Amino acid sequence: MRRDRLVRSVLLHALMVPLAILFLLPIAWMLISATLPNNEILAAPPTLLPGMHLAENWRDLNSDLNFLRAVANSVGISVIFTTFATLVAAMSGYAFAKFRFAGRGVLFTVVIAALTIPFEVRAIPQYLLVARELSLANTWWAIILPWLAYPLGVFFMRQNMLSVPTDLLEAARIDGAGEARIFFRIVLPIMRPALAAVAIVLFLFQWNDYFWPLLILSQKDAYTIPVALGTLVGLTRVSWGGIMVGTAIATLPFLILFLWLQRYFIAGITAGAVKD
Amino acid sequence: MSQARPARPARRRRTDLTPYWFLLPFFAFFAIFWIYPIAYSFVLSFLNTRSRPWTLEWGFNWGRLVRDEFFWNALGNTMTILVVQVPIMLAFATLLAVAFGSDLLRFKGFFRFAFFAPLVLGAVPYSAVFRLIFNDQFGILNYALTSIGLPSVPWLFENVPAMVTIMIAMTWRWTGYNAVILLSGLQSIPLTLYEAAKIDGAGPLQQFFGITLPLLRPVLLFCFVLSTIGTLQLFTEPWLITTTGPGNATETLVTYLYKTGFRSFNFGYASAIAYTVAIIAAAFSLIQIRLVGGREVQR
Repeated sequence: MRRDRLVRSVLLHALMVPLAILFLLPIAWMLISATLPNNEILAAPPTLLPGMHLAENWRDLNSDLNFLRAVANSVGISVIFTTFATLVAAMSGYAFAKFRFAGRGVLFTVVIAALTIPFEVRAIPQYLLVARELSLANTWWAIILPWLAYPLGVFFMRQNMLSVPTDLLEAARIDGAGEARIFFRIVLPIMRPALAAVAIVLFLFQWNDYFWPLLILSQKDAYTIPVALGTLVGLTRVSWGGIMVGTAIATLPFLILFLWLQRYFIAGITAGAVKD
Repeated sequence: MSQARPARPARRRRTDLTPYWFLLPFFAFFAIFWIYPIAYSFVLSFLNTRSRPWTLEWGFNWGRLVRDEFFWNALGNTMTILVVQVPIMLAFATLLAVAFGSDLLRFKGFFRFAFFAPLVLGAVPYSAVFRLIFNDQFGILNYALTSIGLPSVPWLFENVPAMVTIMIAMTWRWTGYNAVILLSGLQSIPLTLYEAAKIDGAGPLQQFFGITLPLLRPVLLFCFVLSTIGTLQLFTEPWLITTTGPGNATETLVTYLYKTGFRSFNFGYASAIAYTVAIIAAAFSLIQIRLVGGREVQR
């Protein structure tokens, strides 16, 4: 029995280790080629160890547009968006979980139905609205506003808010606390882990979003990181090393954060799947 | 996440507006950026936006859609990716989830990073990396293939290899994501079932097909619908890795929608394409609700 387990374990690892290495290769190659000159990235055989070309690649990345500006835009947009969208989701999640009111079932069904509606259906009228009616093209708000209503966030917050003890809320009400005070001083502090999970998902979504920013951002100064990188990939005059420095900047912070906060990432990802 | 029962809602005064105040921000943005665009897009799909001013011509866009060979090509490509890539990826993700759930696996931290790290990568960065790796003449993949005696493949310059490239890239990015969801489903299967099966003499394979797979069905179906909706919206990978080529061999519904709406600025026709995507997505969601039961989706 014991030997049998050992054999099976060895077989499992013989399968998993090469597969894991294969999966890690694209990330490794991204990081290595960020430090190499073009002729070493596209050589036969290619250089497989980090080089000394990082600074030149960074300069090259900035030859066509100001990449630092794109980083600033992405950080600003993602931070503001995450703050407000998390709050909006927490407020509605709280209402759905802890109050009984007319229209609750219908409204919640609307939120769930919205989960399956592809963005593309909204893209064109939203473009006309934001660019022409509101004249917000090429601003941070053009990217932030359309996603503040994020149905998955509401769904996830509602599931978690169910565990807030009703007695605690009632006790606070009897003590004369206002509803806003109860929400901010009692509910949000207990919900910190769930808020963290939602915030990570929202931040990652906004940081990586491409389709909508591509539609609404046309000026180089307004580009977010994905739009800037997408533009550079189509150009031949920017070296691969330069582009890989950009991709490393876009991904490395999250790879590190992922190692550190895996629990929250995974809670966020499984948000839609787990039913109570 | 929470295993709590639906709350016992507190008895409230009849005229209490509190919950509506809490819902107001969400539904205000929802009305402006969801309901209005969805409704207006529907109207647009019946407008001739080629004329000035735009005129109502019921069959203008939808009639064109039915006859448009480029649309059918894009639909065909999208469906091919869906039918080939999604099942392969989900099978792979299921096996991965089982491996992760097994107490035979050591170094779980390492494996978790290897398979789950791709899911923090944005579509644009990873598409850029894959375009570099799959580069025809100088890509590291073709170098690796030739150095072990295999022929190099014109990944981005022939129809089938270009499709395969897209599918490999998507599988790399999304397998871990689905495995995470499947793993959470796996962990909710009671261990006593496996213990009982072992006592009855069931081997690992019998346990997998007799217990794991049937009980994982709702979660698998959820992953299937999620992946389907994601594939229907496929844009960044063909846009950046293969630039929808060669020719239009990797044109998808959404790359075609983008070209129609934002290169040719034919908003009416692009709206008809957008609604086609939504209708197919809704059909797949309804299949899930029918197969699993709406209750489980709603609760």
